[in-house]
Parts: sequence; C-alpha cells; structure tokens
Amino acid sequence: MTLPDNNGHFGGYGGRYVSETLMPALIELSEAYDHYKNDPQFSDEVKFYLKEYVGRETPLYFAERFSEKLGIKVYLKREDLNHTGAHKINNTIGQILLAKRMKKTRIIAETGAGQHGVATATVAARFGLECEIFMGSEDVQRQSLNVFRMKLLGAKVRAVSSGTCTLKDAMNEAMRDWITYVKNTFYIIGSVAGPHPYPLIVRDFQRIIGDETKKQIIEKEGRLPDLILACVGGGSNAMGIFYPFLQDASVKLTGVEATGIGIDKGPHSAPLAAGTPGVLHGAKSYLLQDKHGQVLPAHSIAPGLDYPGVGPEHSYLKDTGRVSYVSVTDDEAINAFQELSRAEGIIPALESAHAVAYLIKEAPNLERDSVAVVNLSGRGDKDIHIAAEKIGIKL
Amino acid sequence: MSRIKSLFQELRKKKEKALIPYITAGDPDINTTEKLLQCLVSNGADMIEIGVPFSDPMADGPTIQAASQRALKNSFSIKSVLDLVKGVRKYSSIPIILFGYYNPFYQYGLKKLSSDAGDAGVDAFLTVDLPPEEAVDFKNEADICGIDSIFLLAPTSTSERMNVVADMGSGFIYYVSVTGVTGARDSLADLIDKHISKIRLHTALPIGIGFGISSPEHVREVSCYADAVIVGSAIIKIIESNLNKSDMLQKVGDFVHSLKDATLA
Repeated sequence: MTLPDNNGHFGGYGGRYVSETLMPALIELSEAYDHYKNDPQFSDEVKFYLKEYVGRETPLYFAERFSEKLGIKVYLKREDLNHTGAHKINNTIGQILLAKRMKKTRIIAETGAGQHGVATATVAARFGLECEIFMGSEDVQRQSLNVFRMKLLGAKVRAVSSGTCTLKDAMNEAMRDWITYVKNTFYIIGSVAGPHPYPLIVRDFQRIIGDETKKQIIEKEGRLPDLILACVGGGSNAMGIFYPFLQDASVKLTGVEATGIGIDKGPHSAPLAAGTPGVLHGAKSYLLQDKHGQVLPAHSIAPGLDYPGVGPEHSYLKDTGRVSYVSVTDDEAINAFQELSRAEGIIPALESAHAVAYLIKEAPNLERDSVAVVNLSGRGDKDIHIAAEKIGIKL
Repeated sequence: MSRIKSLFQELRKKKEKALIPYITAGDPDINTTEKLLQCLVSNGADMIEIGVPFSDPMADGPTIQAASQRALKNSFSIKSVLDLVKGVRKYSSIPIILFGYYNPFYQYGLKKLSSDAGDAGVDAFLTVDLPPEEAVDFKNEADICGIDSIFLLAPTSTSERMNVVADMGSGFIYYVSVTGVTGARDSLADLIDKHISKIRLHTALPIGIGFGISSPEHVREVSCYADAVIVGSAIIKIIESNLNKSDMLQKVGDFVHSLKDATLA
C-alpha cells in the first residue's frame, strides 16, 4: 500500500488537524496536486527550473580524504551546491509552480534559520508573486543576514513575537495569516510537516535527492550504498533522500536528530528519541510536550533543527523500524563541522553537520568496504557566526 | 433531552437568542475564573464556553493568545478546568462547552476526558483544530457519555463541508463569521445572513455565530438570523485591562448584561 492514505495518514500519524476555515483550501490543494502531478507539462516545467535555475543534478561526491580518515567510503550528496545553498529550493520551485497554476497571487512561508524563507523569497521573486515570510523575533535577531537576503529579494519579513518567538510560533502565525487570506494566498510549507497534503507534496518534490543518489551510486560503485544518513528537524531532506530507498532492505537508513547540550541536560530537538505522539501544526506525530499536552520549547545549535515536532512519515518509519533515528549533541555537530571543512574543503550547514557527526561516531563499527552516503543538505556559510561563537573565536 | 437542546427550545418559545460568553480557564488564575463564571451566570449568560489554554493556539488572535499565555504561567491542567465546571454545577445547570485544541484533550485521553467531563457536568466539546474527518474516535467517546460534539463552519465552507459537519455535529453548529482568527473587530463581516440561510438548507441544528462579535450592536444584528451568539475576545479584553483591579467583575458583568439585552427580540 502506498502512504499516505487519502486523508493523509501514515499509519496512525499525519492527517489534517486544522480549523474548518482551512479544510476547503487543503482539499483544493490536494485536488490540484493530484491533477498536476500527472500532468507532463507540469513535471517538465519543474524539471526545467530545477536544471536551469537551481543547478541540478547535484554531484554525489566521493569524499576521499574524509573516507581515509573514517576508514570507510563516504559519499556526500551535494545539496549545498543548489541555488540558495540548500535542498529547500527543490520544494519551493515545485510549490510555486503549483501556486501559479492555482492562480494564487500571494505567497507566505514560515522560516526558522531563514533557509526556507530565502528559498521561498527567491522563487517568489523569480515568478513575480507577492511574498511574506514569518519568522520568530528571536530568529530575526540571530539570522540578520538571511533577513536582509529575503528583503533584498523583495519579500516582507514579519517578526513573530508570540510564544517562544521561534520557528513553531512563526508557523502558528503563518497559519493564522493563511486562515485570514486563504482565498488568494498559497502557503509554501518548507518541511514534510503540517496538514495533509503537505507531507506528501514536500516529500514528492524532495525525492529527487534520493532518485539522483540511487542512479549516481550505481554508476560509481555498481551497487546500492550500505548506509544513508541525513539530519532530521522537520525532516524534508531526510525524507527526500530516504524515500526512493525504502523498499531496498539492504540499505540502512539513519535519521539524525539534535539533542542540544544533551538529551537529559536541557531542551533539545529530538522528538523521535524523547517525545510522544501528539498533534501540532495540523498533523499527528512525535512531539516534545509536557504531560498536559502543552508543547515544549526546542533547542539546537542548528537553527533549522530547532523545532519540537517532526514530519508524520518519520514517526511512522520510526515505529515500523525501517529507519533508525539517532541523535548527536551541539558539540558533536560543531566538531563534525570543523572536521569536514578541513578534510574536504566543504563547510557543511550545522544541520547537515549532525549527520556527518553521527557517521564519525558510527564509522569504527562499520566494515572497511562499507559505502555510506551523507545528505549534505546545505552549506555552512550561514552558520559561521554561531560556529565561531561556540568555538570561542571573536569575529 | 440534553441541556443544550432544551435551552434552545425554551429560548425559542421566549423569542430570545442564546448569549454564549467565552472565557479562558485560568486567566489570570483559577480563582478569578471561578468568580468570573459566577458573574457570567448572574448577568444573563445562557450557555458558557470555557477555553482550555494551549501553548500554540493557531486559530486565535492576539487577545486570546495572551489569555492562554497568562493561564499557562501558573501550573495548569484539564483537571482544574473540570473542577471549575463542578463548581458551577453547585449553583447552576447552565450548559457548558469545553472549547480547546486537540492536543491537550488527546493527551488526557479521549475516553477518560469524556467520562470525567460527563461526571463534572460538561455538556459539549468544541475542538477548534479537529475537523469531522479526524473526530470520529473523540465523538464516539463523547456520545457514550452524553456529551455533544460541536463543529465549526466558516465563510469558506462549501456545500460538501456543510453536509459533513451537519452529519457529525450535535448541540448546535458554530459558524465562524469571519475568514480569520478570533479577535474583536469594529464591524461585522459581510453576508453573514446569506451564509446562515445556506447552512440552514443543510441542517436543522441551531446555529451559533462567533469570531469578531464585539458589541451589543453586533449581537443585536446577529441575533436577527442566528440562534446563539458567542462573544470571546471582547470580554477577554475587559479582563486584560482590569487585571488586579477590584471592579473587574463589575465591568465584565455589566458588559455581559448589555450583550444579553441585545439578544432579546
């Protein structure tokens, strides 16, 4: 059976938990997407922009020096080389082309670190649509460079100062805006989260990462990899690279969550490791919450992982055991950030550095001829200030 | 017959419409809520909506968001809300709706919540982020305990949605008068009467109107075509601007009284 079902359920997860005002819009979106995903003209247009504008396909790069260091073969899926520096644009290109066909004139999006905000503002500029980005006021401060990038691209940036003033509150506010301006507005959700059909749509637009990886690894190694790793915040880059391999039982799939300073030591961002099923932002999934069902604040040094929830399909894959979910700390991620930079001349995003960090930990337990693929979901330029501060260097 | 059903029958005979004030439980603390509930009852409320605070109130505007945050500053649980309802039952049989987001209800346990709420004297659940499609389990549990499940319709609702909600809902149908979140507004949305007439083609249930209803004038107008009027943010605003003042109850009471007067034909 293919998942999700018609109402967006992945086993007991997913669904549509939204106010009635949005139900017609979600049903309209599902119908439009079902129609256009089978329309060759639509697929051709998505492919065209992914190639000519985004710069796909991205290389599957054999990281030679890093491999020597770890004693296994490591390939990096270079999503950091996409236009705007992360995998996020794979999805925003797809969704904005859908928005155009649905005759929507205004785009909104939530953003944490600003990567999805930038990827959305970019395509909104390219296709000439009005764009407003919701961002927690704390993130606006922490990520001032990305705020300026979005403004430069013509987007309005709305600082959200309710709740914890971070990504989850930005998403609440984007939902409120959508409830209010649903008639002309298209909400581009950036992760495999939110109400149905978003987890499905985002997965479909991101699966190109895994599709390319499969073809490339067979060209280079003549076989499938033994292990694929990706970081998991909401989980879009992980879902994108895992999805085409779900039926390949020999390929171990590992999602890496962020535990901040340590899972027992303080706030973290690992709902799959330490959360329980709950409902937030329109879907049922693992969630960081107290016993009364109030959502707990998350923490990670990687702003893109700093979220108390996770996409519903990941919850399903955790329960079935097909994907193993593990976690690393801020310190381990910072260490990996530096190690990969020095070994390969590639500065990974702090989010992606979590996947690299787990591979460093796991490598001694792997056989010498193992082939591992890490989804290098974004580049780390955006994080140099955070990293410098953490390492203790004053810029 | 349920308390909600008999209330509507009785009001119909008297040619009155139901006034349903909303307050958030625990805003600013449980003791004050207890007094506010008494104040609403003695100033003409026909039914009461008690909001269960949630950390991420996606369908609420700034006023009710702030009320939730004030409530959550103190340690807060559904049990304390049910205790409030038990308190009201000592002096009144006024119908009471628990209004909230799904996650706190889900974590409490749908079966346990229905049973405990039934025992406490709750008459209906209104879960703002639980459309009928996801509500089957909760509704079944509520039905067993004789508690109504109220669902929403909005200006965006199609005929198909009206049918879905009419099939699942009981007690009354809550019509969200604006395309937007909760919050006091200067003027009423357009075409409310047309939407209501359309909904009546799909259901015989009474229809309550809420979101944005802020003054006696609004209540008077909406009472022409609705069976019930829900006022929330405008009341919370009075609470908010009179925190720690001795005449808060007086001011809330006067306002609710003026709203009730506006429901009389």
